[in-house]
Amino acid sequence: MLLLVIAGAASAQQDPAIPAFKSVDSMEARVQGCVTCHGQSGQGTSNQYFPRIAGKPAAYLYNQLVAFRDGKRVYPPMNYLVAYLPDSYLREIAEHFAKERPAFEPKQPATTPESVISRGATIAVAGDASKQIPACITCHGPGLTGMEPGIPGLVGLRSSYIVAQLTRWRTGNRQAAQPDCMKRIADRLSESDVHAVATWLATQDPPRDASPASSNLQRMPLSCGSQM
Amino acid sequence: MRRGTRNLLLAALAVVLVLVGGFFYFMPGYLPTEPGKVAVSATTQTITKGEYLARAGDCIACHTEPGGKQFSGGRAMATPFGNLYVPNVTPDDETGIGRWTADDFYRMMHQGISRDGTLMYPVMPFASYTKVTREDSDAIYAYMMSVPPVSQKNRPHELKFPFNQRDLLIGWRALYFKQGEYVDDKAKSAQWNRGAYLVEGLGHCAMCHTAINKLGGSKTSQEFEGGMIPNQNWYAPSLTSNREAGLGNWSLKEITDLLQAGISDRATVYGPMAEVVYNSLQYLSDADVEAMAVYLKELPQRDTEPPPPSSARLVSPGVMELGRKIYAKQCSMCHGEEGKGHAPQFPPLASNQSITMSSPVNSIRMVLNGGYAPGTKRNPKPHGMPPFSHILNDDEVAAVVTYIRVAWENSGTPVTAANVSELRTLVPE
Repeated sequence: MLLLVIAGAASAQQDPAIPAFKSVDSMEARVQGCVTCHGQSGQGTSNQYFPRIAGKPAAYLYNQLVAFRDGKRVYPPMNYLVAYLPDSYLREIAEHFAKERPAFEPKQPATTPESVISRGATIAVAGDASKQIPACITCHGPGLTGMEPGIPGLVGLRSSYIVAQLTRWRTGNRQAAQPDCMKRIADRLSESDVHAVATWLATQDPPRDASPASSNLQRMPLSCGSQM
Repeated sequence: MRRGTRNLLLAALAVVLVLVGGFFYFMPGYLPTEPGKVAVSATTQTITKGEYLARAGDCIACHTEPGGKQFSGGRAMATPFGNLYVPNVTPDDETGIGRWTADDFYRMMHQGISRDGTLMYPVMPFASYTKVTREDSDAIYAYMMSVPPVSQKNRPHELKFPFNQRDLLIGWRALYFKQGEYVDDKAKSAQWNRGAYLVEGLGHCAMCHTAINKLGGSKTSQEFEGGMIPNQNWYAPSLTSNREAGLGNWSLKEITDLLQAGISDRATVYGPMAEVVYNSLQYLSDADVEAMAVYLKELPQRDTEPPPPSSARLVSPGVMELGRKIYAKQCSMCHGEEGKGHAPQFPPLASNQSITMSSPVNSIRMVLNGGYAPGTKRNPKPHGMPPFSHILNDDEVAAVVTYIRVAWENSGTPVTAANVSELRTLVPE
């Protein structure tokens, strides 16, 4: 019986989707509203859609929270949750998850044909000059960990989430600050490109250091409102 | 003699000081420049008072689109009769209320008649605002005229026939509208009357907390007895029943905490009430919130239904056990093993009226979609509850909501998976 209790406690600790905190008056306790979808440290959960948010640049996370609150980024469960939270608190929540560095989930095994993976790899690492698609790593960082201040890391995201976001950009449902560089790129991707690059991204090994790259170390291929 | 000389010198010094002071005071450019010591003109005082009253009336919540320009309208109000689009009330001459006079504004507030003579739809709470005094209406008018004008054309309403026929409003008004400024009840204290004026007038609390019938009207005889908020799918609890949100057993501090901070030792506001606290109540003065609390606490208690008989509270042991297990795993961290919570951050569930009241809608919604208390001046960094809609199925949600409604001597009744399923299909808003 005692063993069972200990085993139960251990598994409860391991499941990042279950509420847990040490002190009520802490950011850890305040962000319990996020954990059933994004995990205790923002590492994500076993859910195949909800994104990892840990370690993404604080300004990126803040922009998303404000956009959700003001209805500029449409996802009803998030729009509802943050509807009545002031800027200063959203910034603090963003900084909280930006600082987190939880371990990555084991990567998704690739079940797609080699040709799809290699097309994805080409787009992500080299880009496609014929379609004026810059390589993902140019802006999202050599380790795909994002770039300060406003570009998110892509490593650790599931393909279903990446496909959904790129598709939302293509249809105009998701937008970033003007000039919206991601919109211009998404418009140049075909549906099969979206699928290929999302598949490749989801099968990448996480880098040793998950911190975002420093701000604008190299010249950006397109002007981005979120980097200004 | 010596003493006389000293007095004379002092008097002379005083005269010199007054002269020098007067010189600096009247000399252009020498008016007081210290920050925070600017003389406040009567006009500014009126505008500031108007801004405060506009907060109390929560004008901004409906007349501003989220992320849009203040008071420029455009927000869709979904009603059972179709969509209404809230008008631009910035002082823009062409598209707003720039050409309105204070008389026009008062007639709109007091009678629900627009400047051009059209009858207003009662989605505008003129049935409550009619109680606002002329002086307060003029102050709000002065404030509205001071905000930046925005040129944005009003969007036409999309109402179904026959509700798009404004003449029908004559009938509605005959049935449900009683015009008249608030009149003090001499038998009550000034504080009680101030609270009544705010709750019944600008606060327009009855818009949600009084049931609305098929014609979109609410009966005075059922005032504050609670009801479903149309199209928002939240239940606005009765303010006259201690089994719901009646405040008869609450302390004044608990009431003012809930209204002003959004959290209290008894309960927390979520959903539409969180919006009211966020946009309106957090800005009200301590004195006004306390006056509202005094009035609300003294509302006559009218329980419309008898308490549920024990037979209605029977729960099958299997459901109870499933609910208990889910509670222990997912809920007890924040709400405590015995449902005592960590007030005020994590509300208690034991003896919480909003858990045990007859409508389980709000509890089910909270389990499905979670929720954050509003971030307010007194509670800028609220705690929040996560959604469980993707973790628990309908039977599990029904079991855990049933569990919290009947455990720890709570007096609620069980809920069914069908109750949950119905609410799950709705997008949270």
